[in-house]
Amino acid sequence: MIASIAWRNLWRNKLRSLIIIAAVVVGILGGVGSDGFMEGMVDQRVNTAIANELSNIQLHQPDFLLNNEINYTIPNPDQYIEVANQMPEVKGASKRIICGAMASTATAATSVLICGVIPEQEKKVTGIYKKVISGNYLNDEQRIPVVVGKKLADKLELNLNSKLIVTLADSSGTITYGAFIVVGMYQTSNNLYDESHIFVRINDLGKLAGITGQVHEIAISLFDNKQTSLVFDKLSSSFKQQINNKLIDMRTWEQLEPLLKSMIEMTAFFSYLFLIIILIALAFAIINTMTMAILERKREIGMLMAIGMTRGKIFTMIMLETLFLAIVGGLVGLLMSYGLVEYYAHYGLDFGSMGSGMSYIGYDSIVYFKVTDGFYLASFILVAITAVLSSISPSIKALKLNPVDAIRELN
Amino acid sequence: MSIIQINNLHKTYTDTKVPVKAVNGISLSIEEGEFTAIVGPSGSGKTTFLNLMGGLDTPTEGDILIGGKNIKDLNSRQLIDFRLHHIGFVFQSYNLIPVLTAIENVAFIMELQGIPKKERHQIAMELLKKTGLEGKENYRPGELSGGQQQRVSVARALASKPKFILADEPTANLDSASTEDLLNMMAELNKSENMTFIFSTHDKRVMDKARRIVTIDDGKVVSDV
Repeated sequence: MIASIAWRNLWRNKLRSLIIIAAVVVGILGGVGSDGFMEGMVDQRVNTAIANELSNIQLHQPDFLLNNEINYTIPNPDQYIEVANQMPEVKGASKRIICGAMASTATAATSVLICGVIPEQEKKVTGIYKKVISGNYLNDEQRIPVVVGKKLADKLELNLNSKLIVTLADSSGTITYGAFIVVGMYQTSNNLYDESHIFVRINDLGKLAGITGQVHEIAISLFDNKQTSLVFDKLSSSFKQQINNKLIDMRTWEQLEPLLKSMIEMTAFFSYLFLIIILIALAFAIINTMTMAILERKREIGMLMAIGMTRGKIFTMIMLETLFLAIVGGLVGLLMSYGLVEYYAHYGLDFGSMGSGMSYIGYDSIVYFKVTDGFYLASFILVAITAVLSSISPSIKALKLNPVDAIRELN
Repeated sequence: MSIIQINNLHKTYTDTKVPVKAVNGISLSIEEGEFTAIVGPSGSGKTTFLNLMGGLDTPTEGDILIGGKNIKDLNSRQLIDFRLHHIGFVFQSYNLIPVLTAIENVAFIMELQGIPKKERHQIAMELLKKTGLEGKENYRPGELSGGQQQRVSVARALASKPKFILADEPTANLDSASTEDLLNMMAELNKSENMTFIFSTHDKRVMDKARRIVTIDDGKVVSDV
């Protein structure tokens, strides 16, 4: 019956209880909404990075990542491709030649990273071919083709079929150059990437750089990013000998771009921090409201003590009242937050004119919200904990009441 | 048989500028089945005396033996339990729990005593019937008249099967008709259940019904008839 009294006590002053419930709802909406936005933004960034830039796992000659020296190639690369492709978790594996180069036209020049790929292999690994906005992706029919980012095309004033001169140091250290024909332009959500990465066929680049048949990088893409660690472990075991002999170095996308990983961790940290700040503010509102409620019911609580209700039961009653407020507010808040997150997860939050600015730091201009089940659950648990902690001060006030004083007030 | 034995009871309030001797050496014996009124002018110490008897306040000096047990020896937790099982309270302002119905108010004290739900419901129904509230079981206090609320309060006091009921000015907020009804009902319960009632009052109508009148003034018993 104590729980029943606590529940009914909530509705003695409907307006006051509804205000607190509304505060809990707004608090949860704020906390979950901001997490949905931040997590969605970072998730998109990570997915874009994996899909278009990094893939899930990469193999290199161990010194290549320290110094992109053209001669640091992977010996006998096909054995790795073959093993990777046999794994059911692997979507595809692609060989690449990666060189730093100078790209120039008659009007301008800029440094770029030139990626030599096998078009059909690369299509299974990265989604750049899906991002082509004019012209075509690389194929075997074209004559010395290059696909460039739209940003780079604008910078170098390139059009389709324009000639792009690429200058690089070949395997002997001699500066060499080659002319490529622009067959396509791509556009991702990362302007910096678009401005600095160009794609050619692996054989064309191999010939130019004097490393025909050799590769610098093997990119492995998975059907599910969550299996990265599992596949990494399996591949590590398969390539144990080559790794031990320092023929290859294998890394996950998290190791290749530790910034992305820290961004995910930071987002989670700030989401919880933001939620906790909201809940601290909420705690003061709950303490204030419950103290008011206790002071108004001083006489009644004194009477309960007089007739034999223990202090423990009075404490429980007040704590339950606060908990019920939080649970009602928490459930409504979670329901509304779920609706908000689902809406923006489906339609996205369009930043319109601010979008181009976001592209410069690698983010999409439309953010699709994402909240994990764990965050919903944690929000609810944190609200409940806040309620329990907030009930302590008003409960102590109630327990300090002397039944005699209360009865004196009565009579 | 004496259920309350009070020996040389003193209560001095020292939290005021000048110490106030609210109860100043009262000795009294109350037998089972008494219908006793404690009377006296305002400030005479009758409410303090009732609070001491009810274990709501602690005496400065003296002993209160209830059923042979000196309640002075009980700690606060034991005192709460003692009140719950041995003393029934009726307050001037009824003091029912506003969010509970009449039957729930009566049953609540039995829940505190740990009586099973079915049994307490049955007892509460019987008590409401005895106090003339049949049909009002599911009314909340706000939906009942003052007299009816005080009847619920009496039923609640009876529900714990106490040794005696302490009623502090139970008729102070009631009109004549309600006062008459309540007193008749309590007198009837006193007779039929042999329940001991101790009132503090300055209501002449209560005094007329009482079989024993203890008059207190300046914290002392000045007459006992």
